[in-house]
Amino acid sequence: MDIPYTVDTRPDTGLYNAKAGIWLFLASEVMLFGALFSAYILLRVGAPEGLWPLGWLNVPLGTINTLVLITSSITTVMAWAALKVNQFDRFKLFHGITLLCALIFVGIKSFEYYDKFTHYEVTLKDGRIADGHLKEATDTHVTISGRFVEEREELYDLHKHKAHGHETITIAREDIEKLSNYGPRHNTYMAIYFTLTGLHALHVIGGAIVIGYLWGPGSRLWRKDPERFTNRIEISGLFWHFVDLVWIFLFPILYLL
Amino acid sequence: MSLKAFHLVFIIASIVLAFGFGAWLLRQCFAFDGPVIELAGGIASIVAGIGLIVYERYFLKKTRNVSYL
Repeated sequence: MDIPYTVDTRPDTGLYNAKAGIWLFLASEVMLFGALFSAYILLRVGAPEGLWPLGWLNVPLGTINTLVLITSSITTVMAWAALKVNQFDRFKLFHGITLLCALIFVGIKSFEYYDKFTHYEVTLKDGRIADGHLKEATDTHVTISGRFVEEREELYDLHKHKAHGHETITIAREDIEKLSNYGPRHNTYMAIYFTLTGLHALHVIGGAIVIGYLWGPGSRLWRKDPERFTNRIEISGLFWHFVDLVWIFLFPILYLL
Repeated sequence: MSLKAFHLVFIIASIVLAFGFGAWLLRQCFAFDGPVIELAGGIASIVAGIGLIVYERYFLKKTRNVSYL
């Protein structure tokens, strides 16, 4: 038995079934990310003045990731266009580049996460605050590479206070009141940052698995039913474009503004 | 909406981002006495935006016969 409308368009929708299905799915995704973007806006406008972090993220790495995703969108369209003109080898090349871009994106994002989880704010019992990357932690002391600040506000706007030196600071455990890394529990900014980018990264990983399957074992369908395979590539391309479009919004609001 | 139409929307969003990012970098450079790399980055971002406009025109020309649906 043949599955209907995998290639031909349905008369009522004017689309083949998979395309109608992916757009319904993407509509639900818009609602999911829309709710989280709204949460971000409400948290930001509700934050006390001067206490919303600025410049906490690595803009050069974010820029590279943006370029990687834009490149991957172009290559995924090129892969689809190659199939449209029966150039399977070109499809393999472009789809392979898309997969590589997805892996580079996840690699860079993982490095950014690692950097945040090893970055600590140490509040001392005398009121001073030390901020920097953890070098060593023992039962008796903690060593970080960073700096002391007088007021917590100095840590918030790093666009204005970007030039600061790093020194090795060793603090005895008994002098520490609070030790907090820049994970999701650090403050509302880090919480919404990890929620938004974590969910986005899961979508990138999911997309990479589908792209990898269609590039590898799934590409056997090309020999049996090339039109249906071309449609599958279009569907995966639509999802990939959505994921990339979400990043185009995430990058400026989290890294720049 | 076909992949062609969505790709056009995506590239338009990328063009806006490239110009916006360029403006942001130039502001960082001049308002906060940023390093020269921010000036170079700002100019590069604007050039990338122009490059994306050229690409979009090329893409439209190449996919003239592909449906928007």
